[in-house]
Amino acid sequence: MDWLYSEIVKDHFMNPRNILEDETSFQADGVGTVGNIKCGDQMLVAIKVKDGVITDCKWKTYGCASAIASTSMLSEVVKGMKLEEAYHITPEEINRRLGGLPEHKIHCSVLGDKALRAAIDDYYRKTGQEDKIQKEKAVIVCQCMNVTDKDIEKAVKEGARTYLDLQNKTKIGTVCGQCKEQTLKLLEEYVHLYG
Amino acid sequence: MPERIVYMDYNATTPLHPEVKKALVEGFDIFGNASSMHTLGRQAHEEIEKARKIVADFLGAYPEEIVFTGGGSESNNTVLQMIDCGSGTCRCMSKGRLGLVTTQIEHPSVLNVAQYMENKGISVEYLPVDPTGKVDLEAYRRALAKNPALVSIMMANNEIGTIQDIRTLARMAKEQGSLFHTDAVQAVGKLPISVHELGIDYLSFSAHKLYGPKGVGILYVRKGAPYCTFIHGGHQEEGRRAGTYNTLGIIGLGKAIELASKEMAEEVARVRGLRNKLKEGIQERIPDIHVNGHPTDVLPGTLNVSFYGVEGESILLYLDMEGIEVSTGSACASGSLEPSHVLLATGVGPELAHGSIRFSLGRENTMEDVNYVLEKLPPIIQRLRSMSSAYSVSSMGRSA
Repeated sequence: MDWLYSEIVKDHFMNPRNILEDETSFQADGVGTVGNIKCGDQMLVAIKVKDGVITDCKWKTYGCASAIASTSMLSEVVKGMKLEEAYHITPEEINRRLGGLPEHKIHCSVLGDKALRAAIDDYYRKTGQEDKIQKEKAVIVCQCMNVTDKDIEKAVKEGARTYLDLQNKTKIGTVCGQCKEQTLKLLEEYVHLYG
Repeated sequence: MPERIVYMDYNATTPLHPEVKKALVEGFDIFGNASSMHTLGRQAHEEIEKARKIVADFLGAYPEEIVFTGGGSESNNTVLQMIDCGSGTCRCMSKGRLGLVTTQIEHPSVLNVAQYMENKGISVEYLPVDPTGKVDLEAYRRALAKNPALVSIMMANNEIGTIQDIRTLARMAKEQGSLFHTDAVQAVGKLPISVHELGIDYLSFSAHKLYGPKGVGILYVRKGAPYCTFIHGGHQEEGRRAGTYNTLGIIGLGKAIELASKEMAEEVARVRGLRNKLKEGIQERIPDIHVNGHPTDVLPGTLNVSFYGVEGESILLYLDMEGIEVSTGSACASGSLEPSHVLLATGVGPELAHGSIRFSLGRENTMEDVNYVLEKLPPIIQRLRSMSSAYSVSSMGRSA
C-alpha cells in the first residue's frame, strides 16, 4: 500500500538527520527560529560557520511529517554550502529533493528556508557583518503562515491580482485571518507598482 | 510489518460484527424489490419490517417512527433542512419560527448544514461548551428565549466523547415549544436510549458506527412531529424517504442493533475498563499531557489526549508504523489549516488541539492491545519531543 508521502519523506521523517539533541553542548554560530506552535509548526535552525561555509546544521521542529522531513532534508543540503548560496535556498528546492509533497502539504515545508535565513542573519549580526543581511528586510504580515511583505511583492510580480490569488500562492491569511486588512493594503500598493 | 495491528479508531468506523457479516452474506440472495407485490418482493419487505421492529424496540419507539436512510449525514440533513423546506403544501416545522439552535461541537453533517441554512436566511445560534464539552446552559436558555423552530444537539461527541444531558436539554426545548433533534450516531449501542423517556422529536443514527454496514442509517421521527420529505421520488417509507429499499443494508443494521441489545451492557463495561486502563497508563508514563473531554460523562471507548510540544499528525504516523491506528485533531491531518473545532470550543487552545490524539476503543480491543499501546506510545512521544522546538526538556516541560 502506498504511504501518504514519498519514500524520501518517509525516510527523513522516520530517521531525521541532524536533530539538535543537546542545545547546551552545540556551539552554534547562528540560531534562527520561525513559526508559531499556534499555527501548527515551528522550526529552530542552528548553524556552525567556518570561512563563509556552513560546516554543521542542526535543527528542532514542531510540526507534521512534512515539516520534520523538510527540515531534516534542509540540514543535509546546506552542510558544506557557502552562506551566500544557502541564503537563497527555496522551499521548492527542498520540496524537489524530497520527491515532492502533496499539494496541501507544501505550506508545511516553507518554514525551513526562513529559519535558515534567520540563523544566517544571526551569524552575520554576531560577527559584525550586518551589511550582508539582505537590506530589504522582509516584514512578516501573516504570523500564522509566516508570509512577509516580500512574499506578497513576489506573488504580485508573478501575476497575483486578488486576495484569492495571493492566498493560493502564499497561503496568507488562511488560518486566523487577522492580517487581511494589512494584506489588502499591501496588495493594492504592489498592484499599483507592478500591475 | 508491525508486530500487531491495534485498531483504536472505532469512532471513525467499525468492522462488521461477525454475526452481521453472516446475516449480510445470507441476505445477498434476497434480491426482490421490497415494494413489489410478488413473493420475492414480500420476502424483502418482511426482512425490512423485521429490522424496523428491532430498531424500534431497542430505542423504545414505535416501528412507524423509524425511517431508514442512507446514514447519519442524510438523517441530519433531513431534519435540519425541514426548518425551511420551501414547500407551501407540507406541514413545515417552522410555523413562523425560523431559528435553529445547535452547538459549536457538532459533527460537520450538522454544522455545515446549519451554515447552509444560515445562508438561506435562517438565524442559527451555535452554543458554546464548557472545558469538558458540556453545553453552556445559560447560553442555551438565552437562545431558547428567541423561540427557535428546532434545537439540534448531539448526544455524545465523536472527538472527545462528552455525553450531553439530552433529557434536560430536550425538556427545556419543549417548554419553549421548540422541536428537539439529537445526533446519536456515536451514542446508540453505547448508552441506554429510550426516545420517549428522553422526550426528543428526532434522532439520527448510522449503522457503521455499531459494527453494521456503511451507507445505511435511521432517522427516528416522533409520531406527530412535523416531517418534510428530503429525498423525493417513490413512495418508500410511507413517502418519507424515496429510493428503492436498501434491503441488504437494512438487514445488516437490524442485526447490528439486535446484537447490541444482547451484548451492550457487558461490552460497554469491558470497553470502559480498557479505556480507563489506557488513560491511567498514559498518565503514569507520559508527563505534560492533557486529557480532553468530561472526566465521567464520556463514551465508554473514547479517550482524547493532548501531548504538549508535539504535533498530532506526527504522532499518528509514528503510531501507524507500529500498527496502532488512531486519529488526531491536528490541522495537518485534516487537510485544512484549522485544528479540531471541538477542542477549540472547549478552550484548550490551538497548541493542544494540534497535539491531540483520539483513541476510540471497541469490541475487538483487548488488554493486550492496551498494553501494546502503552509500550509503544511513550518512546514515540519522547522521540518527537526530543526533536521539537516547542518542547524543551532542559526547562522541565513546556517551553511555549
